Amino acid sequence: MNYTLQFGQVIDRLPYLAGGAWLSLLLATLAFFGGMIIGVFGAMAKLFGGRILAGIANIYVVFFTNTPALVQVYFLYFALPSFGIILPPFEAVLIGLTLNSGAYLTEIQRAGFLSIHRNEVEAAETIGLSQMQSVWYVIVPHIVRTLYPSLSNQYILITLGTSMAAIFGVEELTGRALSLNAETFRSIEIFVITAGLYIAITLVANVLLVFLGRYYFRARMRLF
Amino acid sequence: MDFLGIENLKARYGEHVVLNDISMTVEKGEIVSLIGPSGSGKSSLLRALVGLLPVESGEVRLNGEIINYRDKQAVKRLRDRLAIVFQQYNLFQNMDVLRNVMLAPMKVKGWPREECEREATALLEKVGLGAKLHVYPDQLSGGQQQRVALARALALRPEILLLDEVTSALDPELVNEVLDSIRLLASEGMTMIIVSHEMAFVREVSSRVSMMAAGSIVEIGTPDEIFQNPKHERARDFVGKILHR
Amino acid sequence: MHSIFGQLPRFLSYYNLEFILQAALTTLLLSISGCVFGFIFGFGIAVLRETTGPLWLPLRAAAVLFVEIFRRIPFLVTLFLVFYACQALNLDISVFAVAVASTCIIGAAFLSEVVRTGFDAIPSQEREAAAAMNFTLAQTLFLIVIPQAWRVILPPTFAFFLSFIKDSALASQLGVVELTYSAKVMNNKGFSPVLGFGAALILYFAISYPLARFGLYLEQRLGFSRYRKP
Repeated sequence: MNYTLQFGQVIDRLPYLAGGAWLSLLLATLAFFGGMIIGVFGAMAKLFGGRILAGIANIYVVFFTNTPALVQVYFLYFALPSFGIILPPFEAVLIGLTLNSGAYLTEIQRAGFLSIHRNEVEAAETIGLSQMQSVWYVIVPHIVRTLYPSLSNQYILITLGTSMAAIFGVEELTGRALSLNAETFRSIEIFVITAGLYIAITLVANVLLVFLGRYYFRARMRLF
Repeated sequence: MDFLGIENLKARYGEHVVLNDISMTVEKGEIVSLIGPSGSGKSSLLRALVGLLPVESGEVRLNGEIINYRDKQAVKRLRDRLAIVFQQYNLFQNMDVLRNVMLAPMKVKGWPREECEREATALLEKVGLGAKLHVYPDQLSGGQQQRVALARALALRPEILLLDEVTSALDPELVNEVLDSIRLLASEGMTMIIVSHEMAFVREVSSRVSMMAAGSIVEIGTPDEIFQNPKHERARDFVGKILHR
Repeated sequence: MHSIFGQLPRFLSYYNLEFILQAALTTLLLSISGCVFGFIFGFGIAVLRETTGPLWLPLRAAAVLFVEIFRRIPFLVTLFLVFYACQALNLDISVFAVAVASTCIIGAAFLSEVVRTGFDAIPSQEREAAAAMNFTLAQTLFLIVIPQAWRVILPPTFAFFLSFIKDSALASQLGVVELTYSAKVMNNKGFSPVLGFGAALILYFAISYPLARFGLYLEQRLGFSRYRKP
């Protein structure tokens, strides 16, 4: 073993890497909320959409959950220009990740709708709530509460998934790690620090999500 | 010397003191019943005795040996001689009745398989389940499951049997079949500590009754003393309530 | 558009097809071996976390640390970490081995949690009964807990394997010649990216979809009752 670890050079560039971590979180947040919107429509279509809409939503989910996100973005980035659509790297990654998470979130939200019991809705009606009111005060809170743990889990997974943006030259955390590697060749140090930053951001996100979940949605979650 | 001696036993669950200075003795062949309102520490005492509830201070002696609950080997030796039956039966769901009973003698004691099987079969016949040897627990009634649990505890040939509210989870019509099995053991001279809400049964079978409240023993005496002439006000109160139910 | 169809016959030559299918096989091999080793290690970690007493404390802490660290690092970063660590240690192993090792690490971290959840699904009273009868931890786990918990453990383990078939695409970055890498090779050969990446998408789907259906069947088959039926 003739490799000596030298963290100094990498520590000096910590702000640069941290800036990348911000972009990772931004990317993850956009993809998550984009995916949530797709998921609402996807779940609605699968549950109440009738044959055709449900079929389309089903094909979308089955296709995107059974192929790698990386290859989906490759396709968007390299193959769409053949059809005259040219996407810059960031947009290609964002659209790919959003479509991908939308498919998973469709399934999660569908499970949430299905968890509502008929008698809960009836109970809401018997105490005199209108249909709108029972949706807003009974059904939505119920869905949020039951889905919250799997949704926050999905958010963490999406955050980890954004690292593939580096492959397309996006300067998020992994992308900046690769740039720094080409510049300094302190590979191990760089990736150890990068891993540490991923641990830090997902841990912070996790803690925030658990607190939010416990106090706002009374969701049952454990941190470890 | 007393067979089992408990002295100033103390245990807490977080901030809550569940056992507060418990002292009592059990002689060989004696049946001591613990009664008292829910949360008075009856079950906690049994759990502490077998080392399932951490003991904070105090002393337990079995046949002269002082048990140090921090010493894993000592707890192991103790558990070799005590057996406990739980309210919820706690049978192993992944094996049939016979295997539930013979598993511990075979795997823990290392006794020969044929002997274990013979003894398990005999015990199951004794509790009236000779026809159910190869049935799984989830196909039995609560009363039957509890009788299997009794046989399972006996298969280890314990010197003292601890019964933790063994009939409380049962439907009323199933209580008697379990009590009958316990009566049978009593007639054979088994040493037992019983936690129960079946007062008529407690009165009939116990050598002594110990009345507990808020983690302490309030009064201890013969069934007649406790039920007909309780000295302590709290005991009078409790007995009054249960007799007028 | 026209040129894509024009390329199709040349794209589907025997040599190209053999290359792509070989790559698909590598994808499958990588996922299977990584997940099998990952499960073995993950299982060990889960058992370690069940131990009690101060003697095992250091190992228990190490297990928790390992899981909490590697569940929070992207697979791509783990791949680079393992790759450069091997380089620094002058270990002469193939990129395929690096990818298997990385899968194994991530798999151990995630699957240990799956196994632990399975252990937790068995009522604690059954374990208490076992403890009161002097069963050792190993006896309790192997005679009572695992015979019941495997039904809870198997479906999510299979789901993890499925997700890893897709995540293994990232191994193409190290130069592992798996399905995604083959698509890039076809792209570099001058074929339309629609064909190269399209073929990869179709093959991933062809591998993943039947397995996903099987996973669903497993879940339904095992999900209802944890008890053994006669």
